[in-house]
Amino acid sequence: MNYKMIRQTLGWILIFEAVFFCIPLITAIVYKESAVWSFLICIAICLVLGRLLTFKKPKDTTLYSREGFVIVALSWIVMSIFGCLPFLMSGVTTSFIDALFETVSGFTTTGASIFPAVEDLPYSINMWRCFTHWIGGMGVLVFLMVFLPLSGGQNMHLMKAESPGPSVSKLVPRVRTTALILYAIYFALTVTELVVLLILKMPLYDAICASFGTAGTGGFGVKNDSMASYSPAIQIAVTVFMLLFSINFTSYFLILSLKIKDAFNCEVRTFLFIVFASVGLITLNVYSSFDSLGEALRHAAFSLASIISTTGYATVDFDLWPSLAKGILVLSMFIGACAGSTGGGVKVSRVVILIKGVINELRTFIHPRQVKKVSMDSRSVEDATVRAVMVYIACFVVIFIGSVLLISWEGHSLTTNFTAVAATLNNIGPGLEAVGPTQNFAFWSIPSKLVLIFDMLAGRLELFPMLVLFYVRTWKK
Amino acid sequence: MNIIIIGCGKVGRTLAEELNEEDNNITVIDTDAAKVKTLTEMTDVMGIIGNGAMHSVQKEAGIEDADLLIAVTGSDELNLLCCLIAKKAGDCRTIARIKNPQYSNESEYFMDELGLAMVINTEYAAASEIARVLRFPSAIKIDTFANGKVELVKFRLPDESPIVGMSVKSMAMSLKCDVLVCTVERNNEAYIPNGDFVFAEKDVISIIASHKNANEFFKKIQYKANSVRDAIILGGDEISQYLCDILLKYGINITLIDKDIKRCNELSERWSDVTVICGHPSDKQVLLEEGLANTESFVCLENIDEENIFLSLYAKSINEDCKIITKINRIDFDAVISKLELDTIINPKSITADVILRYVRSMKNSMGSNVETLYNVIKGKVEAAEFLVKENSPVLGKPLMELKFKNDVLIAAIIRNKKVIIPRGQDVICAGDSVVIVSKILALHDISDVLA
Repeated sequence: MNYKMIRQTLGWILIFEAVFFCIPLITAIVYKESAVWSFLICIAICLVLGRLLTFKKPKDTTLYSREGFVIVALSWIVMSIFGCLPFLMSGVTTSFIDALFETVSGFTTTGASIFPAVEDLPYSINMWRCFTHWIGGMGVLVFLMVFLPLSGGQNMHLMKAESPGPSVSKLVPRVRTTALILYAIYFALTVTELVVLLILKMPLYDAICASFGTAGTGGFGVKNDSMASYSPAIQIAVTVFMLLFSINFTSYFLILSLKIKDAFNCEVRTFLFIVFASVGLITLNVYSSFDSLGEALRHAAFSLASIISTTGYATVDFDLWPSLAKGILVLSMFIGACAGSTGGGVKVSRVVILIKGVINELRTFIHPRQVKKVSMDSRSVEDATVRAVMVYIACFVVIFIGSVLLISWEGHSLTTNFTAVAATLNNIGPGLEAVGPTQNFAFWSIPSKLVLIFDMLAGRLELFPMLVLFYVRTWKK
Repeated sequence: MNIIIIGCGKVGRTLAEELNEEDNNITVIDTDAAKVKTLTEMTDVMGIIGNGAMHSVQKEAGIEDADLLIAVTGSDELNLLCCLIAKKAGDCRTIARIKNPQYSNESEYFMDELGLAMVINTEYAAASEIARVLRFPSAIKIDTFANGKVELVKFRLPDESPIVGMSVKSMAMSLKCDVLVCTVERNNEAYIPNGDFVFAEKDVISIIASHKNANEFFKKIQYKANSVRDAIILGGDEISQYLCDILLKYGINITLIDKDIKRCNELSERWSDVTVICGHPSDKQVLLEEGLANTESFVCLENIDEENIFLSLYAKSINEDCKIITKINRIDFDAVISKLELDTIINPKSITADVILRYVRSMKNSMGSNVETLYNVIKGKVEAAEFLVKENSPVLGKPLMELKFKNDVLIAAIIRNKKVIIPRGQDVICAGDSVVIVSKILALHDISDVLA
């Protein structure tokens, strides 16, 4: 294990975090809030520590797969621990665990909050909450790669460990250029959303926060009722952007390089099919409780997009909807967004590979000697990838069940426990009943919050980095 | 530059690694998914699994924007097809590796009529390298600059040499020879020595000098530099066959040992001047019988690395003065192999890669800088580059001692009006000169890069 490289990278993470703090700092200065000082102190702490850690350059810069996983997992933990300092220093909460929960929820783009009334929070704190979504959406190590000249193909290990999806591929030969292109697309889409929201007359501050929240498919809002009080036009725009951000970013690159046909690959088509079918079903199911079909469609589309993109905004309390609608929403929680997007969940491509793999297995019962490979976009999927998908889903189920059991002792309803884990492990935010869209996560006890924090990190980093971190052999020489 | 490499074998891998270090965008193509995966995990290149001769695969690899395509798969025909398709699909230069001697003879047609930029034959390249070393047996490696006028000769210092224990300054005074010591390798470290550097036993040093001065220098430090007169070659493979062709031209007596009687018959029919022996090369008796104890050179070209190393060490123990050349296919353990004190190690694949790399570098340099030729003096540590000095260069008109150079930079030679000047402090660089610079700064782009 190359401890020196790990130390070096963590140092850089802290330095970048100090840079990230500048956004809420500016907000605090603009609104003349007392939080200015807490952000300044945080910046100082991160800079000093970061400088100390990066001061001595390691001679050996080799990173192997295991360092890749460990660096990614530790980076996210370190980033969250230091990211929660502003919450504590500005006094909006006194509990470290609560502050950590809020930060992890932000960086992992979950959007589950422990604040009952976000409108009471200072502007700068809310800006920080939303900005953590934007950083966490594309991944901070991918960001690091753009600026740091890490050598060789080794940083591919970092990208693999941080980026979502069953197999990570590059857009162009160099990892660094790939990271740059991804961030450029991300940035351009975010700015587009900001402009659209401003045209639709959303206040500037709200529009910035909403853009950050949507881009990272996070879900922290600046209003107590999330998105309900905005105009229908804004809600429709946010719906569209939530879906845009949950499509594989490779598709945008392909569209930009005029390979439109390749852009609409199997995964994107399946994703769009699931979205349209589910919205149709939900609309039919909830039609009676709204005044018009248009309104029903709007709320159904918003809620579905919010859940499947794993954002977690709400325009209505879907906890009150009939059980078919709720069932579809809970199911789409698990499917999640496309691989290579900013969204969470199991990912559409994994679901497709899973279903195709199961069909293949079924075939072998009928034709025991048949040779057939799972294929996507008329290319056969490697057996190793299929196996990885199966293992991923198995691990996912185990962690899921384990987490539900661990938080069950508190005595809340099964739906609450089930959807609380589903909402955190899939990085969505709101669940049903006690953790529904109008509720928050403040009531959980500290051990349960720790379990949910682990779930959020594991969900964002696609399980394995967190598991590798707790695997004894990783640390053995 | 955007470069596509087809074939992820040893040559493809070496090329991808080296070219990636030099800031090129590399895409590799191979049908073997496992090979592509290992390579993309080790180096920052994009991998595509598929048949490189397919237009769609090349398109996926970005042939339209590529500057160069290098086809180094195991099959000659596939390599040629890759190049032809690439030429049609995109407007890029192409390099093909060709093994079959029959095709090699056609290489001019390939280049002139089919538009290939370069055709390289791994075995032939290795054979000519061996031949060069045999003509200069005391050298470990020879590179030439300025169309062969300056030689960069790398050799291991003999133990009893008078300059062991001398500093560079005192060596120059006592020998009065117009040579320049460029680099010293000691315990896997590379040094660019200044005047106070002291030579030690087993140092590998490289010098720059004209051919005549180099010979004089070798004589003075009591180092034999005469061309060999006879050679024992083990193994009758393609490299050996090419080597025989070349060595016969130099009038060197050849004894070739191969275990296969059928091949021995073929070989003896082909060259009447070569003594072909049918026998097992690892048979001590055969080797001694054929005069291992008295031969001037011994070339191990068997197919098994271990056998080559073992036989070379044995030959060294029998015949101390013999020039020994060892072919080694696997390069991954070069640090260990260099400890064995074998004279010259020939790795056909890395020679091929070196030749291609040299082409790519000069191609790249011609696109923006003015390096004429570039050589690895010590792999990955020290390079020698030949620059053409232009009118507006900042190094003009001042004596060298007044210019401030970066650390580990050496002006090794100035070539003016076809004459070689081994520079001293008071020499001045003029416009139109060619200057050879040896430095630890890799990938120099212009002569001004060496100024502090």
